[in-house]
Amino acid sequence: MASAASDGPILETEGLTKEFRGFVAVADVALKVRRGTIHGLIGPNGAGKTTCFNLLTKFLPPTRGSIRYDGRDITGMKPAEVARLGLVRSFQISAVFPHLTVLENVRVALQRARGASFDFWRSESLLKSFDARAMELLDDVGLTGYAKLTAGELPYGRKRALEIATTLALEPQMLLLDEPTAGMTHEDVDRVIALVKRVAAGRTVLLVEHNLKVVAGLCDTITVLTRGRVLAEGDYAAVSANPEVQAAYLGTDPGVSGGH
Amino acid sequence: MADGTSIAASGPLGGQTEKEAFLGFTRPQAIAFLVMVAFVLVSPFFLYPVFLMKILCFALFACAFNLLIGYVGLLSFGHAAYFGMGAYVTGYAAKAWGVPPELAILMGGAIGAALGLPFGWLAIRRAGIYFSMITLALAQMVYFFSLQAPFTGGEDGIQAIPRGTLFGIFDLTADLTMYWLVAAVFLAGFLLIHRIVHSPFGQVMKAIRDNEPRATSLGYRVEQYKLLAFVLSAALAGIAGGTKSLVFNIATLTDVHWTMSGEVVLMSLVGGLGTIFGPVVGAAVIVTMQNYLAEFGAWVLVIQGAIFIACVLAFRRGILGEIAHALRVKL
Repeated sequence: MASAASDGPILETEGLTKEFRGFVAVADVALKVRRGTIHGLIGPNGAGKTTCFNLLTKFLPPTRGSIRYDGRDITGMKPAEVARLGLVRSFQISAVFPHLTVLENVRVALQRARGASFDFWRSESLLKSFDARAMELLDDVGLTGYAKLTAGELPYGRKRALEIATTLALEPQMLLLDEPTAGMTHEDVDRVIALVKRVAAGRTVLLVEHNLKVVAGLCDTITVLTRGRVLAEGDYAAVSANPEVQAAYLGTDPGVSGGH
Repeated sequence: MADGTSIAASGPLGGQTEKEAFLGFTRPQAIAFLVMVAFVLVSPFFLYPVFLMKILCFALFACAFNLLIGYVGLLSFGHAAYFGMGAYVTGYAAKAWGVPPELAILMGGAIGAALGLPFGWLAIRRAGIYFSMITLALAQMVYFFSLQAPFTGGEDGIQAIPRGTLFGIFDLTADLTMYWLVAAVFLAGFLLIHRIVHSPFGQVMKAIRDNEPRATSLGYRVEQYKLLAFVLSAALAGIAGGTKSLVFNIATLTDVHWTMSGEVVLMSLVGGLGTIFGPVVGAAVIVTMQNYLAEFGAWVLVIQGAIFIACVLAFRRGILGEIAHALRVKL
């Protein structure tokens, strides 16, 4: 997945800072995510990974700094607008619509292609035109047999797969994944890693991860955060050889070799 | 509205396929619908039509309320404002301007929508209990406005509202004739709500109910969807209130009082939040109770309170919600 196309960063932050009543969660972060790469954002617990993630997707407003996506300043935008530009996020807790069926979950994302759906007087049967594409996406993540099931009844790992299928339905240019393997069994972790690799083709992925084993085989570039600051950046070999990283992250975290 | 949605979470369905029967109803829903229509058609020949009309008006009101709590996850505690103002405006138009009943009822719906637009716009800025409190506060303002405004008649309300002549043909003075109008309004409202829930808009509504941040991350501007749902719900509540004022020839402060907002919550809860038929059953149960227990005076409220507690503790899904859960179908 090494990037042949390095025509400038797709996502770029400058001096990105978030303070919560004096507590600095993210401090002066300059992040550059190259187009077409899988970029990992790692760090020990409380390093500010999720805060950083929420800033990038506009779910939190930054205290200072700017964010540019695809040549556009998105610092002042709302989350729904950012999503419309093709920058789509996932959530740490599996984010499905539990009372909709698995098929409807994906379809509600495909439905976005209609523009706004304010037509309350029309029958939902007109959404059936999206069913074929929805089934393709479910097929992609191995959920074909689950289409009619209520999403809330899926096992955890499958919910993650459904979430990815829903995200892909938007055909995003860039995917932001928040700890996609959190709380998963070994078997599920491997399945999700394979899935991320597959969907990353032709896209850019930024992945927040706690689990080093996951980023090692997956990411082209890794940024290490500690206490809200960028500690190191580079490929896995360079980052893991960095003594500061070892002290701050590897040294203190017993779960390095695959803690989950 | 984490709590509200968990109550509303009556959707069972273990992987079974839903076959559509007609009008977008699943088969169990279609059966329930036919039973309901049969009851609406036959009951006036056995039961007192005015009592039945009261049930139908409240059933529509409860369905309108349920559209918000059951399908968007928004608990409004101020729906009396739309119901009561609908009653006032329909009553005033019919009495003072001699507006025909069909138009007067529509005006009741229009005032519901007109109030719902700014009120909803303000309330959806907040979530959960704060949303409910804002709707309550705004409804209280409407109550005091109704107490002071000249056209509402203050403590007396608007009395002797004429039922008028429908389309200039049907004289509605006879209870049975009036009944058919109320039945038609109720069924039309019910089917409209069913359609809203099962429209492209309804899909987004339910997605927002289930997981609002996720709906946002898919690129939906959730405030706009919430606002439209709010206005639709308020408009239907206004229609229910307007129809009721014609039935009873009176529009009073009772209709805008906060206890009316509470009653509609109770009806929906007893019947089953998030089920399409639940609020109808809930309204029938509560109105029947109020009628037959009227001799106990203030004790009606105590009994209602006890039922409310029993509902919350013992059968959180409500009557229809529990039945649907037991049969593993959607109702």
